[in-house]
Amino acid sequence: MTNYDTVIIGAGMSGLAAGIRLAMFDQKVCILERHKVPGGLNSYYERPGRKLDVGLHALTNFAQKNERGRPLTKLLKQLRIPYEKLELSQQYFSRIAFPEHNLSFSNDPQLLTREIEKSFPHQKDNFAKLLELVKIFDDVNLDNKPQSAKEKVREFITDERLLEMLFCPLLIYGSAWENDMDFSQFVIMFKSIYQEGFSRPKNGVRSIINILTEKYKQLGGELRLGTGIKKIDIENSAVIGVTLDSGEIIQSNKVMSSIGLPETMNLISEKSESPVIGNMSFTETILFFDKKPGDAGIKETIIFYNDNNKYDYKKSQTLCDYRSAVICFPNNFGYDDYDEGVIRVTFIANFEKWNELDRKTYLLRKEEVCDEALALIAKVFPKFQANLLYHDVFTPKTIMRYTGHFKGAVYGTTQKARDGRTGIKNLFICGTDQGFLGIVGAMLSGISMANLHCLMNGEKV
Amino acid sequence: MDYQTLRRKIIDIIADIAIDEDLSNLDDNIRLREQLDLDSMDFLDVVMELKKRYRIEVPTEDYMKLATLKSCIEYLGPKFAFST
Repeated sequence: MTNYDTVIIGAGMSGLAAGIRLAMFDQKVCILERHKVPGGLNSYYERPGRKLDVGLHALTNFAQKNERGRPLTKLLKQLRIPYEKLELSQQYFSRIAFPEHNLSFSNDPQLLTREIEKSFPHQKDNFAKLLELVKIFDDVNLDNKPQSAKEKVREFITDERLLEMLFCPLLIYGSAWENDMDFSQFVIMFKSIYQEGFSRPKNGVRSIINILTEKYKQLGGELRLGTGIKKIDIENSAVIGVTLDSGEIIQSNKVMSSIGLPETMNLISEKSESPVIGNMSFTETILFFDKKPGDAGIKETIIFYNDNNKYDYKKSQTLCDYRSAVICFPNNFGYDDYDEGVIRVTFIANFEKWNELDRKTYLLRKEEVCDEALALIAKVFPKFQANLLYHDVFTPKTIMRYTGHFKGAVYGTTQKARDGRTGIKNLFICGTDQGFLGIVGAMLSGISMANLHCLMNGEKV
Repeated sequence: MDYQTLRRKIIDIIADIAIDEDLSNLDDNIRLREQLDLDSMDFLDVVMELKKRYRIEVPTEDYMKLATLKSCIEYLGPKFAFST
């Protein structure tokens, strides 16, 4: 029987980041990952001749090297990873496409301000006031109580059409709530998307996972892939270790779980009330073409499409909700590392509807999603004429299978545990359900929870 | 241990923490936070590195004594004398 200082459940971005911090300071640490590859929600897979990324379309929180006080530079410093290692290239620009208006934004925050002045001149001063609030609000304070972001933002933005447009990318890139989000979360995401912006590491998300894994192992951390956990062992209301699917027992002083709060609580033998499982799940269609979108004049990196003035960010009533979508063009970053044209299309979906299908129907419906994605591309960019070489569709069911998130809820529970505490002694959570989202958020979550609970024993500095 | 040796040891620690920064022109009398992008989390790393490398303990109430290179050297000097 092995005894660890900390066992981390899940080798996603947050678990790996937490592991690096602990191994750096000589803790005996082991990360247990159910799957054969690390990455979790942000991962990758290979099909003959092609590499496919899953998870977020881009890295948010772009920062230049040595830019002070930025989340990205902060986390690289905490992980002691040189900035150059990520080989980031920036987006061209992205666009929120609603029927009446379009708002473009890039990594230069002035672009969005100018676009709002042009499309919503009467909201110019209101938007400036919102920017001021975003600037002074202490968004990462772990003691912030949840509050409705829409209610708060309505105090400033008085045109609902603009409000809906501004919320669209922020909701679909990280809200576990339907049609709203927590205001702290809003501020974090507003900065990360509209003020810092999108970039992509060379060769995509796999580079980050590889860098994290390599660093963790270099520091002496142990990583066990293909190792599922049957239960978290508790004695006298405190964690004592975990029991693996194989029956092996691992003792540990502390357990840091990155697999989600309901999913973590489900591994506890003394059952307590289960936290709410989020409703938001998605399908994604990954399409490979014989031409690059840029050759047909498509310059956008990501498009947030909605066919109505109101953006309905809620669980779909049907398999997929085709009224809105995110269309990502991974070729359209400063550095294009694909030989072919690639487009990724995300639709809001319904887990139960996908889950109840028999195998044959499931495969047929996946093809229909692909057809809808192609139809949408043709509608938004009629000039893009290319032959489809390869495609793959993943569904809420796929997400559940590979991430372990109940109901394929990408953004986890609606009740975040911001301080990482679970109510059980020495059991903590990091990652999605701690409440910092996205790739940068996940890593910051792992770092801050490891620092707070495993290096400082819960004392704040 | 002389001033320059101590200074070198502290800069070695900071170099490992602030890997992307240029440390060749640090002013010993100006607060490190003003010269480098270091926050409270990073100072925690300095404290933990001192413990890891030299078994030197810095209690929380003494963190402010690590503000400048000069104050670091003055505060840590006697502690280094007793370690190893």
